[in-house]
Amino acid sequence: MAEEKVLEVSDSNFATEVLESDIPVLVDFWAAWCGPCRAIAPVVAELAGEYEGKIKVAKCNVDENPRTPSEYGIRAIPTLILFKDGKVAHQITGAVSKNQIVEVLNKFI
Amino acid sequence: MEEDKAKDLVIIGGGPAGLAAGIYAARARLDTLLIEKLGQGGQILLTDWIENYPGFPEGVSGFELADLFAKQATRFGLEILNAEVLEIDVSSNPKRVNIGDRNIDCKSVIIATGASPARLGVDGEDTFTGKGVSFCATCDGPFYRGKTVAVVGGGNSAVEEALFLTKFAEKVYIIHRRDELRATRILQERAFNNPKIEIIWDTVLDKIEGDESGVNNLKIKNVKTGDISDLKVDGVFIFVGTLPNTGYVPAEIERNSRGFLITDDNMETSVPGVFAAGDVRAKLLRQIVTAVGDGATAAFAAEQYIQNKYQPKT
Repeated sequence: MAEEKVLEVSDSNFATEVLESDIPVLVDFWAAWCGPCRAIAPVVAELAGEYEGKIKVAKCNVDENPRTPSEYGIRAIPTLILFKDGKVAHQITGAVSKNQIVEVLNKFI
Repeated sequence: MEEDKAKDLVIIGGGPAGLAAGIYAARARLDTLLIEKLGQGGQILLTDWIENYPGFPEGVSGFELADLFAKQATRFGLEILNAEVLEIDVSSNPKRVNIGDRNIDCKSVIIATGASPARLGVDGEDTFTGKGVSFCATCDGPFYRGKTVAVVGGGNSAVEEALFLTKFAEKVYIIHRRDELRATRILQERAFNNPKIEIIWDTVLDKIEGDESGVNNLKIKNVKTGDISDLKVDGVFIFVGTLPNTGYVPAEIERNSRGFLITDDNMETSVPGVFAAGDVRAKLLRQIVTAVGDGATAAFAAEQYIQNKYQPKT
């Protein structure tokens, strides 16, 4: 299943898995109570499979990991942030279509 | 690649209208494909608790209802594809649905792509979207624990969401341009009785202000006196109606002045064999209960259209 290719990241491993990653990382900030997060989850899972080796796809639960989202000023979910070389390269707020995400990802590979 | 044979029906959109159409079409044994760009559920997923859908006397969560709809549709063999429709060509038969990497031919189409929240078009709205400006209380409400927020609007969504936000926020203002709410009475009663809610009447939002950490102030204007004042808030939630999701719908399908698709009583649009159901359609009441009715009618009408056009009685 594509779902398993989405890496779960937390406050404790965010630096090593995301900021210090050799390849760009797309992080999906989500929560169980957020409907659009649920709507976008299958799209994120597909992207994880399609971009394997080129872009790491991760998800971060904002309830269980309050520090990271607040560091990035996240006040709306789902928020997708593409990190490159430890920095925010692009941010998408809300449940957008796969094509819109793909357009962004292709600029960074 | 081998061209697939034309489907009987393509349903575009996996919210209540599309899924209800899918249930009826699958049971009618139409060769049907439902295309949804995100997960199934549509706008139900934005709703915390649904109290007015019959069959659930204690109410039902938006998540659960969306799941139940999808389960029921797939139980009868409805095929669901996760893709975004970019274009449809309804100028000839079969009709053609473009999903980017390929085209899908079909005898009939049900457009059920719903509607999205309308924007106000005020200064600061785009700049601060996701940084204090929100169109989804159930998504973003929990970020405002103990904070002060404003809701713009006076309809069902605005008042429902304001009530939801009182679970988290310390204070919720409702900014409304008239001197009475449009929301249904039971919601009005709850709002008036909620000590955390204060309604600012006859007032419109003029400008959203903030800094790099997000929204911190609203400029609001009293429409009767013309006075402009400041309202200190940490966030603003905008619920001023919806706009139809019809970017891919060709111009030959008639719309009303607000862009919603016009249909007859059988959900058929101005193009034969093309139907519209749910919030995308020009109609009086946009609710789950009306969307599913539209979906069922559209599927039944599509079946009749296919029978008359493709298997005429001799």
